[in-house]
Amino acid sequence: MSEEQVITKEPETAGAPKEWEPKIIGFLCNWCTYAGADLAGSSRLKYPANMRVVRVPCSGRVDPQFVLKAFERGFDGVLVSGCHPGDCHYAKGNYYARRRHMLLQKFLEHMGIEPERFHFDWISAAEGQKFAEVVEEFTGQVKKAGPFKGVGK
Amino acid sequence: MARVGVFVCWCGSNIAKTVDVVKVAEAAGKLPSVAYSTDYKYMCSEPGQNLIKQAIEEHKLDRIVVASCSPRLHEPTFRRCISEAGLNPFMLEMANIREHCSWVHDDKEVASEKALDLIAMSVAKAVKNEALFSQEIPLTKKALVIGGGVAGIQVALDIADAGYKVTLVEKTPSIGGRMAQYDKTFPTLDCAACILTPKMVDAASHPNIEIMTYAEVEKVSGFVGNFEVTIRKKARSVDMKKCTGCGVCYEKCPKKLPSEFDCGLGQRKAIYVPFPQAVPNVPVIDRENCRYFADGGKCGVCAKICPSQAVDYTLEDEMITDKYGAIVAATGFQPWDPTPYTNLGYGRYPDVITSLQFERLFNASGPTEGKLVRPSDHKPPKNVVFISCIGSRDDEHGYPYCSKVCCMYNAKHALLLKEKVHDAQAYVFYMDIRANGKGYEEFVRRTIEKYGAIYLRGRVSRVFQDGEKLIVRGVDTLAGKPVEIEADMVVLAAAMEAQPDAKDLARMLGISTDEYNWFSEAHPKLKPVEVLTAGIYLAGACQYPKDIPDAVAQASGAAAKVVGLFAKESLQSEPTVAEVNEDTCVDCQLCKEVCPYTAIDTKTLTDRAGNPIRTVSCVNEGLCHGCGTCVAACRSSSIQLRGFKDNQILSEIDALAFAE
Ligand SMILES: Cc1cc2nc3c(=O)[nH]c(=O)nc-3n(C[C@H](O)[C@H](O)[C@H](O)COP(=O)(O)OP(=O)(O)OC[C@H]3O[C@@H](n4cnc5c(N)ncnc54)[C@H](O)[C@@H]3O)c2cc1C
Ligand code: FES
Repeated sequence: MSEEQVITKEPETAGAPKEWEPKIIGFLCNWCTYAGADLAGSSRLKYPANMRVVRVPCSGRVDPQFVLKAFERGFDGVLVSGCHPGDCHYAKGNYYARRRHMLLQKFLEHMGIEPERFHFDWISAAEGQKFAEVVEEFTGQVKKAGPFKGVGK
Repeated sequence: MARVGVFVCWCGSNIAKTVDVVKVAEAAGKLPSVAYSTDYKYMCSEPGQNLIKQAIEEHKLDRIVVASCSPRLHEPTFRRCISEAGLNPFMLEMANIREHCSWVHDDKEVASEKALDLIAMSVAKAVKNEALFSQEIPLTKKALVIGGGVAGIQVALDIADAGYKVTLVEKTPSIGGRMAQYDKTFPTLDCAACILTPKMVDAASHPNIEIMTYAEVEKVSGFVGNFEVTIRKKARSVDMKKCTGCGVCYEKCPKKLPSEFDCGLGQRKAIYVPFPQAVPNVPVIDRENCRYFADGGKCGVCAKICPSQAVDYTLEDEMITDKYGAIVAATGFQPWDPTPYTNLGYGRYPDVITSLQFERLFNASGPTEGKLVRPSDHKPPKNVVFISCIGSRDDEHGYPYCSKVCCMYNAKHALLLKEKVHDAQAYVFYMDIRANGKGYEEFVRRTIEKYGAIYLRGRVSRVFQDGEKLIVRGVDTLAGKPVEIEADMVVLAAAMEAQPDAKDLARMLGISTDEYNWFSEAHPKLKPVEVLTAGIYLAGACQYPKDIPDAVAQASGAAAKVVGLFAKESLQSEPTVAEVNEDTCVDCQLCKEVCPYTAIDTKTLTDRAGNPIRTVSCVNEGLCHGCGTCVAACRSSSIQLRGFKDNQILSEIDALAFAE
């Protein structure tokens, strides 16, 4: 399947009896949020299964181009999450992440991507509960926003 | 063409219950570049690992995806496994289908679909993986122990006995920690001083141990084997070399203050040693309260009286920087302040005290020289009520956790009360009696059966003063009726909480804390003394409430880890660091600006004749920690993080976008 085909692929709603489910991708830092997600798992908390996780060392590693690429590829929502301010395993990677993603948020709006489709958060390794809640809330929010029609549409 | 092998783990029923592992493994076999795919009950077990090794050989696999638990748990296991089969360990990717999938979803179809997606992402990334190689890095065989309580002392002694140098840093003027405040310790009732002070002296006289008291860690940089630590030795105002510990200075000092060591029940001077057996036995001047410092040099009594001219008001804080190979945090706990329980009258009635204060009233070297008397009128108490779980197991006022030791020290106090004051009666209000240690249950039984302590299951609703008495109102839930006791003294078993500066120290060390600021271990069961940062270990109550036997056991565990590390000749570096593409780098230095570790330098490229052509960025691999912040900052994608390169992450995104 070529890239072009995929980008122009229509949302698979036609004729499907199942309710439409958003496709979400999450970029999580290894030390806090990924660990928080692990904790949610070992605590057997339940949350919606829409998100797929990309593990990155630090939220500072998340290049805004990943987020843009994800939207270009037709994802309906993107989550980026790292350690709380002051707790980054690499001291200040998350500050750069916050700055970049605040700018990105504006840029996305500019491009006609609804702000509800992108979420940036701090979730620590101890916050399994918060992780489950954030995913649940964000999934609901993206669901409400509906299938992503593509940039500028 | 890459030949990827996919190994789907059942994890017993942990994964297999919600993910159709057989079908998923079958479907994974059809993913692009996958040459082999299978499932197995326990992939991490020896037969599981052998299965991977055999498949690598039989199917000529060059990259491996293990779909199982979190990589944070078993990545090292499987890296080792594939390297034993001749692959570069970085040819491994893990799909977390347990913590991120089977454990958090119920619907088998949905979970299976997600598991396959996660595998597809890992396969796509694995295809882009490159062999990475570690370099040898040097190792400083000297340990830093932060906190000189019983745990820190034990760590220092064990490491020193193994033949390595140790620096023990203690914030207060003496080592000893909380244990030095107690009279006797449960469950054997050995005298705390008799078992602790010899250890303190051993530590002080050990040729491999350097003790720095009245000192704090100021700055930590570097990494395992190569930490650089700056320690602030606060100005003691007494020359350690000259002082003989005679004690005339604090006898003559005119300024009296409440003693922290005696929990405010006794007094100390502005120049003081916290307790008679202090190590080192050298006083400090509390400059904030010293008259000499307050009045611009008028008092000066201690300096005049000191027979060895050891008092020196001009001493200043000293900064000492040194290299360490490993760090052990052993900073202990602090007792919770029970003031929020306004109904119990702590702070309002002098005879409502905490358990730690009770310890001091008992202690032969305490403010009453071991005579148990009421703080208000110095009469021996007859009826004493002990209340458990003050701030523990209580979301509303304190913490939801159990402080673990309070049931035991309540029993200890009830027993000792009877030994000291023969006609006394102890009442203990409790929620549950938690006495699960060696000899603990027997100890509580003895307190009840032989020493006649009355245990009442229930909470206390109110304590109020009535003349000389304290009236304690509560309920006995077993008898199902309210109780009222006329008490002479009420003792609150306050929770153990994390040190107020625990979070700051954690940040300095780059380690994480849990929601109550206790330091987080690397794994709750299998790595209880390690943290997620290599080369840093935990000992004692800084991790969670612990009694002395547990604190000491963990201390020896941490010491064993340090000794194990130091037994190596050198260390292997993490190869997952940043690298610069010198052909495309334009030396804009954006990477340098954002690097948290100043790991990026500028390098001049030269032609064959050695003439400079242009400058580019270059990475100091010893300093780079691999966060990748520089990569996201680079405009021309000229700097990349090994193991997490742009193409690796982008192919994960693509794999998912194109997934059926
Ligand atoms: C009232 C009471 C009675 C108890 N009785 C018993 C008993 O009978 N038997 C028993 O087994 N257990 C008992 N315990 C539990 C016991 O106190 C702990 O198990 C023990 O103190 C833990 O030792 P530690 O070395 O981990 O911590 P601590 O004793 O708290 O020592 C920590 C040390 O680190 C220092 N420190 C802190 N922060 C820093 C920093 N940033 N830099 C440098 N130094 C720092 C502190 O000043 C202190 O000296 C009792 C507890 C309480 C509250
Ligand atoms: S490591 Fe979590 S944000 Fe940097």
